[in-house]
Amino acid sequence: MKAVCWHGANDVRVETVPDPKILNPRDAIIKITSTAICGSDLHIYDGYIPTMQPGDIIGHEFMGEVVEVGSGVGNLKVGDRVVVPSTIGCGHCNYCKHDQWSLCDNSNPNAFMEEALFGHVTSAIYGYSHLFGGYAGAQAEYIRVPFADVGVVKVPKDLSDEQLLFISDAIPTGYMGAELCDIQPGDTVAVWGCGAVGQFAMISAYLLGAERVIAIDRFPERLEMAHKYAKAEVINYEEVDAGEALKEMTGGRGPDCCIDAVGLEAHGMGVEGFYDKAKQAVRLETDRAHVLRQMMVACRKGGTLSIMGVYSGFIDKLPFGAAFNKGLTFRMGQMHGQKYMNMLLERVLNGELDPSFVVTHRLPLDEAKYGYEIFKNKNDKCIKVVLKP
Amino acid sequence: MTSGQEIVPNDPHDRSEGSSVSDAERWGTLIGGGAMVLLGLRQGSLRGALTALAGGGLIYRGVTAQTGIQDKLGMNDSIRVEKTVTISNKSPEELYQFWRNFENLPRFMKHLKHVSVTNDKRSHWIATAPMGASVEWDAEIINEQENRLIAWASVEGADIDNSGFVRFQPAPGNRGTEVKVVIEYNPPGGAVTATLAKLFGEEPKQQVGDDLRRFKMLMEAGEIATTEGQPSGRK
Repeated sequence: MKAVCWHGANDVRVETVPDPKILNPRDAIIKITSTAICGSDLHIYDGYIPTMQPGDIIGHEFMGEVVEVGSGVGNLKVGDRVVVPSTIGCGHCNYCKHDQWSLCDNSNPNAFMEEALFGHVTSAIYGYSHLFGGYAGAQAEYIRVPFADVGVVKVPKDLSDEQLLFISDAIPTGYMGAELCDIQPGDTVAVWGCGAVGQFAMISAYLLGAERVIAIDRFPERLEMAHKYAKAEVINYEEVDAGEALKEMTGGRGPDCCIDAVGLEAHGMGVEGFYDKAKQAVRLETDRAHVLRQMMVACRKGGTLSIMGVYSGFIDKLPFGAAFNKGLTFRMGQMHGQKYMNMLLERVLNGELDPSFVVTHRLPLDEAKYGYEIFKNKNDKCIKVVLKP
Repeated sequence: MTSGQEIVPNDPHDRSEGSSVSDAERWGTLIGGGAMVLLGLRQGSLRGALTALAGGGLIYRGVTAQTGIQDKLGMNDSIRVEKTVTISNKSPEELYQFWRNFENLPRFMKHLKHVSVTNDKRSHWIATAPMGASVEWDAEIINEQENRLIAWASVEGADIDNSGFVRFQPAPGNRGTEVKVVIEYNPPGGAVTATLAKLFGEEPKQQVGDDLRRFKMLMEAGEIATTEGQPSGRK
């Protein structure tokens, strides 16, 4: 089959590799019909995720059709149309049973790596480095799905791929970001980053009762999308100081909740931005923390920071005094897709949610390299690329 | 964190494999308690402790004799590993029953090629070593508490002298069962960790940890997560 293989920073290639096969009884093989390039794939593309190996198949947001099931998979049959969550959960450990699927104890065969770095192992993620399990990813014609008897969501055939695909990753990530805010009546939610996850976080914040949503980015087309589809007020942080603007827009209080939908490659301004870029370039700091810092200062006293953008290592110069003295609450984590997917599918089916607006580019799998380039450089107003194997 | 009782006193008598009732009680507290076993075992050998717990040298003379000689020669270069996992959906009874059938162990112990049970106490173990070699030993159960503890020691003539125990106890608040494995290796001639790593192709601590994790996967998820055999673009 054809698959997108990572060969180093800024080097992805569409190559012919062997087809996946069933390795365990609870496996299924899915023929992929749509697979997205996620903002977090750019961290891999840019070379900031450790333990990648040349030749690794990448990608984790996908849907398709079941073509083979293992002997332990009783709930799926060949021909089923399915959406699959990007994090892999066994369904039986204490964490999966408590709906904390991305903390699964049992899905990562390389547990020792994460234990060494993080103290404990978390769930594996398709195509997201050996630290996160080393599973072959989804930017391919076929994929092996472990533990396919739990978490995989069957979807009806009368909706388009683009209405369903993002239930795999971007919508539950945004939704969980909003849910972690524990939104109260009258709350203002500020969202940093207007990519797909940010857009869905904004929409989810309204679904969960936010009074106002304010979007922060620097690309006009992304802010425009946030305004038009997510009904957010917008701040372009290249035009104004985002912290000051947020304060002025909220009666001097600051937003009640701040959602980070950017992650470890945040783009800072001025001296601080150079500081992070320089340190990250020489690997003195693995994660650039500009958004985190700004959220800690901007958030109202006693407010909540909800962190959905990916971090993988170490960060510097966090204004922890601000966080401590303002009594902030930090909530974060990889999304628990399996917890949200059925509810989100319901919302799509009843017309409450149509996520297809985020797609700006549709490309054949063969053009993945071009897709990564325009997505990374935000060329051609690129916001979301969907690959069609 | 630990009560004083769980830490082995510094009294020189207590580091021997003595057979007094109080020794056995102390070892019992150490092995059955919540403290880190190896912390309490800074002095003395695990083999000696396990033997003492079983009632001194009476039950397993061969082992105590061997330990005594090792101690006298100062060959205390043993390698010790302690690892614990919690398995959420199985009782101590279920896990004990699975483990007690030693022929099940190669299903999750990666380096173990085969275990054959000779009789109720004795079994024969074959493990893989690098370059297609293998190492073998006979082990005897030196202490056993049904549904709770299995302690073993290799007998004379083992390629790798080893002893240890596995313990199953309920975790608080319905969190499942805590499974603790403590192993002591005495490589021939007081060899260092590197020698053992060469023998197994992996650092002993990681090996035990990985094996226990595979045990947890097998018990909880019914299968062991793997990526071996999946496609990639590596040439």
